[in-house]
Amino acid sequence: MDLHHLIDMANQIGNFHRSFPDHAEALKGTAMHIRRSWEPRMRRVLLDHIDAGGDGLVPIVLEAVAAYRKELTPPPAPAPAPAKS
Amino acid sequence: MTAIHDIDFGTPRSLATGTVTLTIDGIPVTVPSGTSVMRAAAEAGITVPKLCATDSLEPFGSCRLCLVEIEGRRGTPASCTTPAEEGMKVTTQNGKLAKLRRGVMELYISDHPLDCLTCAANGDCELQDMAGAVGLREVRYGYEGENHLKAEKDTSNPYFTFDPSKCIVCSRCVRACDEIQGTFALTIAGRGFGSVVSPGPLEPFMDSECVSCGACVQACPTATLMENTVIEAGTPEREVVTTCAYCGVGCSFKAEMRGAEVVRMTPNKDGHANHGHSCVKGRFAWGYATHPDRITRPMIRKKITDPWREVSWEEAISYAAGEFKRIQAQYGRDAVGAINSSRCTNEETYLVQKLVRAAFGNNNIDTCARVCHSPTGYGLKQTLGESAGTQAFDSIRHCDVVFVIGANPTDGHPVFASAMKRRLREGAKLIVADPRKIDLVEGPHLKADYHLKLRPGTNVALVTALAHVIVTEGLTDERFIREHCEVPSFEQWKAFVARPENSPEAMAEVTGVPAEMVRGAARLYATGGNAAIYYGLGVTEHSQGSTAVLGIANLAMATGNIGREGVGVNPLRGQNNVQGSCDMGSFPHELPGYRHVLEDDTRGSFEKAWGVSLEREPGLRIPNMFEAAIEGSFKGLYCQGEDIAQSDPNTQHVTAALTSMECIVVQDIFLNETAKFAHVFFPGSSFLEKNGTFTNAERRISPVRKVMPPLGGKEDWEVTVALSNALGYPMNYTHPSEIMDEIARLTPTFTGVSYEKLDRLGSIQWPCNDEAPEGTPTMHQDGHFVRGKGKFFVTEYIPTAERVNSRYPLILTTGRILSQYNVGAQTRRTANVDWHEEDRLEIHPHDAEDRGIRDGEWVGIVSRAGETTLRAKITERVQPGVVYTTFHHPESGANVITTENSDWATNCPEYKVTAVQVSPVFHTSEWQNRFRKFTQEQLALLGKQH
Repeated sequence: MDLHHLIDMANQIGNFHRSFPDHAEALKGTAMHIRRSWEPRMRRVLLDHIDAGGDGLVPIVLEAVAAYRKELTPPPAPAPAPAKS
Repeated sequence: MTAIHDIDFGTPRSLATGTVTLTIDGIPVTVPSGTSVMRAAAEAGITVPKLCATDSLEPFGSCRLCLVEIEGRRGTPASCTTPAEEGMKVTTQNGKLAKLRRGVMELYISDHPLDCLTCAANGDCELQDMAGAVGLREVRYGYEGENHLKAEKDTSNPYFTFDPSKCIVCSRCVRACDEIQGTFALTIAGRGFGSVVSPGPLEPFMDSECVSCGACVQACPTATLMENTVIEAGTPEREVVTTCAYCGVGCSFKAEMRGAEVVRMTPNKDGHANHGHSCVKGRFAWGYATHPDRITRPMIRKKITDPWREVSWEEAISYAAGEFKRIQAQYGRDAVGAINSSRCTNEETYLVQKLVRAAFGNNNIDTCARVCHSPTGYGLKQTLGESAGTQAFDSIRHCDVVFVIGANPTDGHPVFASAMKRRLREGAKLIVADPRKIDLVEGPHLKADYHLKLRPGTNVALVTALAHVIVTEGLTDERFIREHCEVPSFEQWKAFVARPENSPEAMAEVTGVPAEMVRGAARLYATGGNAAIYYGLGVTEHSQGSTAVLGIANLAMATGNIGREGVGVNPLRGQNNVQGSCDMGSFPHELPGYRHVLEDDTRGSFEKAWGVSLEREPGLRIPNMFEAAIEGSFKGLYCQGEDIAQSDPNTQHVTAALTSMECIVVQDIFLNETAKFAHVFFPGSSFLEKNGTFTNAERRISPVRKVMPPLGGKEDWEVTVALSNALGYPMNYTHPSEIMDEIARLTPTFTGVSYEKLDRLGSIQWPCNDEAPEGTPTMHQDGHFVRGKGKFFVTEYIPTAERVNSRYPLILTTGRILSQYNVGAQTRRTANVDWHEEDRLEIHPHDAEDRGIRDGEWVGIVSRAGETTLRAKITERVQPGVVYTTFHHPESGANVITTENSDWATNCPEYKVTAVQVSPVFHTSEWQNRFRKFTQEQLALLGKQH
């Protein structure tokens, strides 16, 4: 997945929610939007990038991911399935 | 005319609630007040002879054939223009009336060719019928006098012929063009004996304002206006009611047949979406279904540089299933997915998502709504609680203020546009927000009260500025809000929009719309009576598309314009089954009925019914699939009915993704652009070749009925069934009705839907369940929102990242045109190309002059994503700084220029805003050269030369 594109997408989501008057709601909205619409591969890349410093991400995304890290962490990638006959 | 006659009541149905009772030929009949005597007679089973009257048009009273006698009244009034009154006693047949009618018919026939036996309308001609009905036996005047029998035919229109020698000047065609279509292209030129029907000032149809909707042909009682297919093939012998496969209006049609051959498509006057009207696409552009380009044999190849090899269905299915299984074994379960299409039926899209979830074992299913109305699904679910428009089309009849934003109904949804124009002619006010001067802004008997000519990409700024006026001037509907909406969310929104930076004055710099215009439009919307918002892709296809939808819903809730007829939030869906494909669980995060895959109860109900364990993580959206393909983790795609290589943005990125995959299976009726990158081709079936249902923009589920056998041997749903079985997940449907029964069992908004009920009612608007057994025309009735209380959202304007600069100083916005449809795969293979043979670039005269561009000359268009060339069309329809084109022809490369910028919530591409430079050129672009070469190579591999 293209990291720069994912950073842009995450920032767009964060920037929509940043104008919410209730900051806690904004953080939850940002995190849950990513949780509910990003495929695990995408979330893995985002979380890895944040672990590496999170360059380019706007503060609300960093804060939202930190607050909801557990919910955002995808399950381990499934192993290749055995071919069915 | 239709060969298989409907009952024609002569004049339209009265909508009055009171009734009157009268006696006609001794038979008592009770009808609504305002009903004509002619219609009252018809209701009583009495046929009054007529020629100029038909129940789709207001009465005209010109032919003098429908004369009757009314006790106590002098003379013989025309029954079509005489309203029925209480106690009236009417006589429709006696010697005097018969003599009068024969006299009228004698005059008509004295100037009419007597070629009935060889006439295309033989057996389908009202003049012929009336001659019989009045007992005409002689024409005392003879046939030698001055006449029109040598009048020249107009064959300029590719679909119908105008033969003025057969015209009786009844004006039905002229009135149909005026009243039904609202184009006012036809007139009666001349006076007296010299009167002739004329498109414009005596010009051929193709040179006139005529939009070829077919209303005049439908209204013509003789062979004067006649479909060329009927002239060539003869009159039809049977008919099948089905649903058009073009836009989201979802018109009901009668496919009129001779054997297995369609002779013509006539709009069904009992159709609930179109009420007997049509457009040039649905009415005439169906010939693609039997075009020689159709591919009717399954094909496979190992590499896209290999020749295609025609194989049996069994081999093709087995090969595709084997490849998908190999890829999953090699790269992982999530390395494959599918894209279904809004052009396919509900049953087909349901099956494809089921195959992905049950047979592939993931949620990598997406649909073309991703690139059009996905923000509608998101925005309306968040605010109102359901991912759908709130009204029926007929709601427009009760509307006082029409607010059209980011939609061009006369081109994109022409049949609904005609209904809208009719309401506007009746006096409804009109606000248009659009960067271009679309046809609705000013036309015959039509002028927008406000045209908010905003800069592309500033919808949210405009909508918020409108809200600012409504809030700060005290125009909100406080009672509605307090009773039906979440008040804290309203208070937050109210405080936000009231900020000075959201005022029309402050936002004028952003939108380019003068503040007073915005203030006037906001006042009109909030105080003008029933106000309805109609919007399209000009709202959704932006980086803030979802925010704009939220803002539109905010406006409707704040003014109480929701929950009854005449108001509401109305997304004009692009393709025929956008609503349906979304309803059917075609998004990677939602199961059928817009229920998230994370919901354990929902997932559990499908797991139980399908007998498999389902993935609870969302899958890849289309653009995510492309990125994963380029990255190397997505290798196999089943693409049914969609042409992503032409329709999706940044074509070169898309084709890079396609060439990165190891198995692409395309199911389509033509070798479309995507199929040129495919390894397996399954022949698809057109809408004429299969059974199923489409759901239109007003949530109306309508039947699609097979009128001819599938040319490839299988209906599309049968192919998905076979593929699923080969993948190891059994599907055992024998008819699409069984698929709908399963949908109904598993989807709360569809529990009352069945084929039996569709046959009985004609169509059904969901929700259809125990609470609404015959469907729901208006949602959120009386403010009872699906989500409980309506929720307001703060909608901060955030400029798109796609900015103009000195290198790319113009904004390109894209759209569509009346005669063509989406990627043009269907309409380009019809005579509709006569209206639009190529995509052109609209550019304002100032911008053209600055660049030395002349009308019709080739120009290069360069963006950050790519470059293409088109011919220029210089027009003031676009504002300075904005250029516009369509994307109907693949070689145009409109999407070579568009970027991957997308909506924040849904990744719907920002087709409407691309920064570009335009300059004169003398050769086509490198991409176009490569495209031509690749196309030639692929056609050669197919065994065809371009």
